[in-house]
Amino acid sequence: MSDQSLEDVAEALLTAAKRHGATAADVIVAEGISLEVGVRCGDIEKLKQARQKHLGLRVLIGARSAVTSSADFSRESLDKLAEDTCALARVIAPDPFAGLPEPSELATQIADLDLYDPAVAEVTAPQAIGWAKEAEHAALAADARITNSEGAEVGASTDRVVYASSLGFNGSYRNSGVSLSVVPVASHNGAMQRDYWYSGQRKLACLEAPAAVGRKAAERVLRRLNARQVPTGDVPVIFDPETAASLLRHLAGAVSGSALYKGTSFLMGKLGQRIAPATVTIIDDGTRRGGLGSKPFDGEGLATRRTVVVDGGVLSSYLFDSYSARKLHSRSTGNAARSVGSAPGVAPTNFYLEAGTTPPEEIIRSVTRGLYVTELIGFGVNAVTGDYSRGVVGQWIEHGEIAFPVDEITIAGNLLTMYDAIEVIGNDLEFRHSVAAPTLKLGRMTVAGK
Amino acid sequence: MMTAASTPAPAQFFLERFGLTERMLEQIVGTAAARRADYADLYFEFSTSQSLSLEDGIVKSASQHVTQGVGVRVVAGEKTGYAYSDEVTVDSLQLATRTAQAIAQESGDTRAVAVHTAAPAHDLYTLTRMPLDVQVADKVDLLNRIDIAARRHDARIKNVMASIGVEQKLVLIVSATGAVVGDVQPLVRLNVTCIAEEAGKRQQGTYGGGGRVDYTFLLDDDRYLRFTRTAADQALRNLHAADAPAGTMPVVVGPGWPGVLLHEAIGHGLEADFNRKKVSAFSELLGKQVASPLCTVVDDGTIANRRGSLNVDDEGTPTSRTVLIEKGILRGYLQDRLNARLMGMPLTGNGRRESFAHIPMPRMTNTFMLAGDATPDEIIRSVDRGLYAVYFGGGQVDITSGKFVFSASEAYLIEGGKITQPVKGAMLIGNGPDVLKRISMVGNDLQLDEGIGTCGKDGQSVPVGVGLPTVRIDALTVGGTQAA
Repeated sequence: MSDQSLEDVAEALLTAAKRHGATAADVIVAEGISLEVGVRCGDIEKLKQARQKHLGLRVLIGARSAVTSSADFSRESLDKLAEDTCALARVIAPDPFAGLPEPSELATQIADLDLYDPAVAEVTAPQAIGWAKEAEHAALAADARITNSEGAEVGASTDRVVYASSLGFNGSYRNSGVSLSVVPVASHNGAMQRDYWYSGQRKLACLEAPAAVGRKAAERVLRRLNARQVPTGDVPVIFDPETAASLLRHLAGAVSGSALYKGTSFLMGKLGQRIAPATVTIIDDGTRRGGLGSKPFDGEGLATRRTVVVDGGVLSSYLFDSYSARKLHSRSTGNAARSVGSAPGVAPTNFYLEAGTTPPEEIIRSVTRGLYVTELIGFGVNAVTGDYSRGVVGQWIEHGEIAFPVDEITIAGNLLTMYDAIEVIGNDLEFRHSVAAPTLKLGRMTVAGK
Repeated sequence: MMTAASTPAPAQFFLERFGLTERMLEQIVGTAAARRADYADLYFEFSTSQSLSLEDGIVKSASQHVTQGVGVRVVAGEKTGYAYSDEVTVDSLQLATRTAQAIAQESGDTRAVAVHTAAPAHDLYTLTRMPLDVQVADKVDLLNRIDIAARRHDARIKNVMASIGVEQKLVLIVSATGAVVGDVQPLVRLNVTCIAEEAGKRQQGTYGGGGRVDYTFLLDDDRYLRFTRTAADQALRNLHAADAPAGTMPVVVGPGWPGVLLHEAIGHGLEADFNRKKVSAFSELLGKQVASPLCTVVDDGTIANRRGSLNVDDEGTPTSRTVLIEKGILRGYLQDRLNARLMGMPLTGNGRRESFAHIPMPRMTNTFMLAGDATPDEIIRSVDRGLYAVYFGGGQVDITSGKFVFSASEAYLIEGGKITQPVKGAMLIGNGPDVLKRISMVGNDLQLDEGIGTCGKDGQSVPVGVGLPTVRIDALTVGGTQAA
């Protein structure tokens, strides 16, 4: 292992790129360690450890660009990578919109957003195994009908990311992440069901107690036993926070500048228009302290920020990186996302629908006959038209009460009318993911079943 | 332009590149297999992937990624210790080995291992020229021709997104048995997406294909033009598609890529890990009727040049043809080493991993149903009111409950035995252990897909193939918006 810092590697690569003819370039370098353990039925099943480092280079020769990545940090390899990347760029068509951001847009200071917890790097395999066992045991012990397990896993990882560009930007930040998940299997009357629960945080102290995660997983799997189909028809549909977040992910995809310029968004031409009831406000905020989607600067060196995407039901902003902003005559919103091996693209940071005031139990009570969705499967969303059709696992509601579990059914509609049909917003927003939503009740969707 | 020699022998390549000797490999794998380990292996990987993409009428992005590293695995009982590193030196190998060995508790001696290089059992993809070595300019030119062809095909095609991805993966598996097996795995894929616009309505269509083939495969018989026109026609047809029906009805599934039905409905459920753990809806059904007697389903990793084929799996086991279901009876599972040993069953060559950073597990290769006797016409004519689905976006399954979905992206109504109106995409949902029992007709038109499938399991993606003749399923739930 060489002793050069990641910053030095980035600078060396920028210099080499310039030497081989690049008129501009940027580099991302990441180094991290990870630990992953799995237990199943009380015994260790998996122990995985890794140390990885990786770098990605983008060069521009005028308006032509190319992106490469490598894990080889030797000086000769860096020079060869720069040379190859420039050669690749030369055979590509010039794209007048290609380029780095305006220098004036770059972040001038790097905010400390509390994204790193050194305690995560200190997690040992025996500790992690202990937590996984505790979580799985709590699930298995919860009820006699829980007869089997797909296991419990704990992961802990830390990394450091450096981004540098020929505009003179050179910044870095550290991340940490710790997660715990458990998947119990329950059986009754010869039929099996599995479900899961998890906790994922940047800080070790914020991780939910293993036994609590296990008990929640048990609760979730037990309520699925003896699920059945219901007849086809139109009914009100409630999405729990986990599944409601998926509706926001579809929205985040549709407000992305890259989907808009490609013509693959069902929200094209809707800026400034009402797309949801006035109770709906949706925010993208890359600056939340300790947020799972937070970062001090985006994949092009711009400071992240808070953008109101839907303001009282009105689509108030799209999300851009600098490329899509130039294509659409707008300005970057600091949403350039970039993995080591990719060119920048647009992605949300912490993207959420603001909480309402109604407790979820009250939302369920408001439904005479309808569906409570707890899991969605399949990829049946047409991003161009918003047409929506997905498989559902959930609970059937009769007279304001959970009546019985359902599966082997689908719900279908169109996302544009679905957002508009949001009738009630729960008070239960929690940032369990970078994209988060409270419980949502939609007036009506088509359920297909028997 | 970016790589030197095309296809070096993997053993020689890795030893030279990382300054290792056979003695070092023997010592390391011997240490890995020490103590209470039942098995150990080293997996070296060096892969290069290149991608070129076109949008808005120009090829504006190019990327190339080199991945290298080694994964060290130690297996003891049901436990797996795994450590990987993208730095390959004797030191990093020894560190990884000690880490992975932590799983095999208690002390014991290093095992003496003598390595011997073995040639892979098959030779399924020797090419005249590695796709990575084809000039980038040729690939740029092909993408430009695709853009022109799509726009000429119909004036309503307003945007085209096309990409060519090529990959070359060198692997070397050093196992505790002493066997050293290498393979060079090429992969080519072309994807075309067309956006059609008419009177304020927009739709998209996507098509593509490839395999472990020469780059010229894309040009043969104007294959790239056929892919392009198919994508364009799909987009155009969807402009006038009616809402899909909702409810349970007979469904006729077309040949080829709709084989994703088998992959989801039964394929995953027959992977050995789920069955050993008894968490699959198919657990303990070996020898039992799980499908109609018309159904025979195989997984075959040995078909030349297919996307899902391999000379050896990622544990060095030769791939094979495994009969999963024979005339409706469940006959076999897909095995990797760990599960085959624990279940006392033979290896099938289905131990696969995404990369050196991943632990192998049982995975499918090319999974398909053998042809039957019915003509596709007969099958359509047999349906009074139902759905005819010919292209799919993908699917997902819940192994434990058996519930699976797959989403039709091109479908038609069948009315009075005739294909009538195109309908919008819709999710189809069913129960794996039931759905094949409801197959009442199997066509004589088996096709394998064009070579676009990627299967995800437990966070790992691997290329796969599927295939199907036209089949009639008597009852399946269709997730549209038009209740009958």
